[in-house]
Amino acid sequence: MIPAPELDFALLSPLLIVAAAALLGVLVEAFCPRGPRFVVQTGLAAGASLAALGASIAVYVAGDLGVTDEPGRTIVADEAGVITWMMLAVFGLLGVLLFADRTLDAGLSAFTGRAADRPGSPDEAEAIRFRVEHTEIFPLALFALLGMMMFAASSDLLTMFVALEVLSLPLYLLCGIARRRRLVSQEAALKYFVLGAFSSAFFLYGVALAYGYSGSFAIGALGEVHDDTELRIAAVGLMAVGLLFKVGAVPFHAWTPDVYVGAPTPVTAFMSAGTKAAAFVALMRVLFASTEVDWQPTVAVVAGLTMLVGSLFAIAQSDVKRMLAYSSVAHAGFLLTGVLGGSDASAVLFYLVTYGLASIGAFAVVMLVRDAGGEATATTRWAGLGRQNPVLGVSFAVFMLSFAGIPLTGGFIGKLSVFVEAGRAGYWPVVVLGVLVSAMAAFFYVRMITVMFFTDPDGLAVASGAKITTAVVVVAAVGTVILGIAPGPVLELVQQTGSLIP
Amino acid sequence: MITLLAAVPVVGALLVTLLPRGTRSQQLLARHVALGVSLVALAVALVAAARFDVGSGGYQMVEEHSWIEPLGAFYSVGLNGIGLTLVLLTVVLTPVVILAAYRDELPGNRSANSYVAWMLVLEGLAILVFTATDAFLFYVAFEATLVPIYFLIGSYGGPGRQKAAVTFLLYNLLGGLLMLAAIVGLYVVSSDAGEASYRLADLASIPMDETTERLLFLGFMAAFAVKAPLWPFHTWLPEAAASATPATSVLMVSVIDKVGTFGMIRWGLELFPGAADWASPTIMALAVVSIVYGALAAIGSTDIRRLVAYTSVSHFGFIILGIFAFTQTSTTGSVLYMFNHGLSTAALFLVTGIMISRRGSAEISAFGGVQKIAPVMSGVLLVAGLSSLSLPGLAPFVSEFLVLAGTFTVNVPLAVVATLGIVLAAVYVLVLYQRTMTGPLTDQAKVVTDLTAREVAALSPLVVVIVGLGLFPQPLLDLVNPAVAVVLGGLP
Repeated sequence: MIPAPELDFALLSPLLIVAAAALLGVLVEAFCPRGPRFVVQTGLAAGASLAALGASIAVYVAGDLGVTDEPGRTIVADEAGVITWMMLAVFGLLGVLLFADRTLDAGLSAFTGRAADRPGSPDEAEAIRFRVEHTEIFPLALFALLGMMMFAASSDLLTMFVALEVLSLPLYLLCGIARRRRLVSQEAALKYFVLGAFSSAFFLYGVALAYGYSGSFAIGALGEVHDDTELRIAAVGLMAVGLLFKVGAVPFHAWTPDVYVGAPTPVTAFMSAGTKAAAFVALMRVLFASTEVDWQPTVAVVAGLTMLVGSLFAIAQSDVKRMLAYSSVAHAGFLLTGVLGGSDASAVLFYLVTYGLASIGAFAVVMLVRDAGGEATATTRWAGLGRQNPVLGVSFAVFMLSFAGIPLTGGFIGKLSVFVEAGRAGYWPVVVLGVLVSAMAAFFYVRMITVMFFTDPDGLAVASGAKITTAVVVVAAVGTVILGIAPGPVLELVQQTGSLIP
Repeated sequence: MITLLAAVPVVGALLVTLLPRGTRSQQLLARHVALGVSLVALAVALVAAARFDVGSGGYQMVEEHSWIEPLGAFYSVGLNGIGLTLVLLTVVLTPVVILAAYRDELPGNRSANSYVAWMLVLEGLAILVFTATDAFLFYVAFEATLVPIYFLIGSYGGPGRQKAAVTFLLYNLLGGLLMLAAIVGLYVVSSDAGEASYRLADLASIPMDETTERLLFLGFMAAFAVKAPLWPFHTWLPEAAASATPATSVLMVSVIDKVGTFGMIRWGLELFPGAADWASPTIMALAVVSIVYGALAAIGSTDIRRLVAYTSVSHFGFIILGIFAFTQTSTTGSVLYMFNHGLSTAALFLVTGIMISRRGSAEISAFGGVQKIAPVMSGVLLVAGLSSLSLPGLAPFVSEFLVLAGTFTVNVPLAVVATLGIVLAAVYVLVLYQRTMTGPLTDQAKVVTDLTAREVAALSPLVVVIVGLGLFPQPLLDLVNPAVAVVLGGLP
């Protein structure tokens, strides 16, 4: 007889809202006529994200959060979890808005009309002619969002694994259905799926070993003192491999550039911000709980390698989307330095907010810079963009400056916070390496500004006037600047997080 | 008061950005407005100076508000004599520069609105840098100054501007990021000692062990040495100066580079007196190398702008030498030197900039005998040049004399070598003047016309102040002396 767990539905309301909306979206898919379906799905997904944000705030304000050690609790709505929910809900909302913009490509979304058609086949042409659309993208995005929110709030390794799959599977699918460059997109999806499944297996193996020595799936049990050192190290190590894959840390980063480039850009935007945020919180939950394992030195090496490799490869890129992909690897490295403290999640959470905002904004700008062949992602095509379209140019410059960690942008405060965290833990070599790599990384961010502002337009790449996407860009840019000038409230919020150990 | 002073240019910049752009007359309006804003800032600064109590060495007109509480960062500003000197330099040079740049040809039909707006932003940030008494605020403003200069060089400079802008930014960012590591270190040290704070007063009283203090000092110095620029970290300067417009060069070399030497005093000496004392022999030696190397490189330059840039490397060597000699005389001399060098280099950059734009070439060999057709221009060049070689009677003489006199009491060999710099200065200045202005008028140089009334109006304040302070340096000395005494009093 399994005892029925007592659930606090109010605390879980953000998750329940997203889950319900995702299921409702499936029903809409089945019963709503094709005409209004896209708009209905958009409204449902955006509304659900907004409601989840509202519910998270309500949960936070109502207080009574925190860690419970009752048996059977597998989701924990502690401060870190709820704050991550808020962050993810915002990213979800911005992502869904990018999904919904159909003004960019002659009235069609960034997703292929009928994914089953062979690229270039008559069927595909027919699908385009009849303006067939995949409106399932919205429920899929909501399922991914649900998975992310669960992932960040799991207090149980098995739940964490389920959440990992719930967030990953819709993303595998979404990656493969770009309207343009479909073969690249399908390749990205396959690559992401195969490598993602592989890393999930690592994670699961780690969970099994952890169960093996502690007899429990609870994350809190990872810290229990136990003789079997080898087993414990193996368990934590294997789980860390699975999680480091999701955040895109070296040496598990190889999928990042291809998947980021191949996926439809709105998906890249959503994924780069959301997956990274959820996976980092999960990673911190596992590592912070593993108090008996000396994981910091290894993570320090991984952090150093990640920022170094990400930046070095980004320098060599001549494609904006690919450069942003490698830059996301570099940022995973900077984020990992903030994990080294081993107990305080606030620096990483703040960094995730600033990185996520700038990343969504930057990919949204990529969506807007187009020519006849779709998005014009070659760096040289962006020449003079800043003078041709100041709003986009200035916004993208803000994102680049934030990535580079220049003061008065959110990225600066984020970088400072994670370095403080590493410095407090005594990892000064990582801090010094971090600042040196930052200078190196600044090169390719600054190069984009140089191209956009200091070269004269060649009249090729035209930024079309899509209102929704432009609005997302502006919101992200304003947010980035506000986080740089007055980061106080957000910093105070993230500092409320406790030890993360459920 | 200080907030108002910093806010005036920034708000003015916003205003200028919002003004209509496009036609020539609209752009002229933007320039008029920018000039007006910079004059208002000058007036505010003069009022502040009038209210300043000269006798006191401490910080005055202090304002303090909590800014980013979780990080312990305060918006905390205040003026002492050293800061006020550099604020005055900033507010005097900005209108001069804006006026001198009225006719600058901007590449690719770029509008003048953003050009002057960036200058005003730079002015506002510079004032914040010189008045910040919170390390975090200082760092933010210090790094933020990179962005306006980057755009000023990259958007509006001459050939090679893109590469020069990127080199400038990356070089300075590298130094700045090493300072960021030190800022992180300060946070850790201060939060270990109690509540985290970046305020100068709090930081100065934190106990630090010797190694920590030295490492943090080196982090700060990395940024300041690149900015100042101290040999061997100076290589970005000639390239940047050669590609920037004269106005940008003035703001960069005369104002923003002073942040480097200013920072050495305010943050290097005040926060880490022990480490500063430990490093002073090395830094003085590097400073002397700068003096000689900069002068020799200036003599060897064929490009006028590079020549002026290298003379600055030499002059910054004197400033740094004076600071780290740690005598009342030499350090006061250095602060004075910052002010005077700002004026004389501004005059040099502006008048040579006018020559270069008339002639269309920056090569010294492209000129000859210009004195005959442009006597006023050649007169201004002569005054600017003579002040650069510290001719007695002109302002830089006083400061250079004080620096050397102070250094002689501490380290005779270095002072002797530094004196060599004066001789070399005479060579590069006279060579420049002689080759371009005297001798027979060459055919190519005939296109050079004399200064217009506007250019005279822009340059004459500089000449007047250079001569005036050469004859009556006492007011400025009275302003600087008490603050320097306070700083040096903290040294071991």
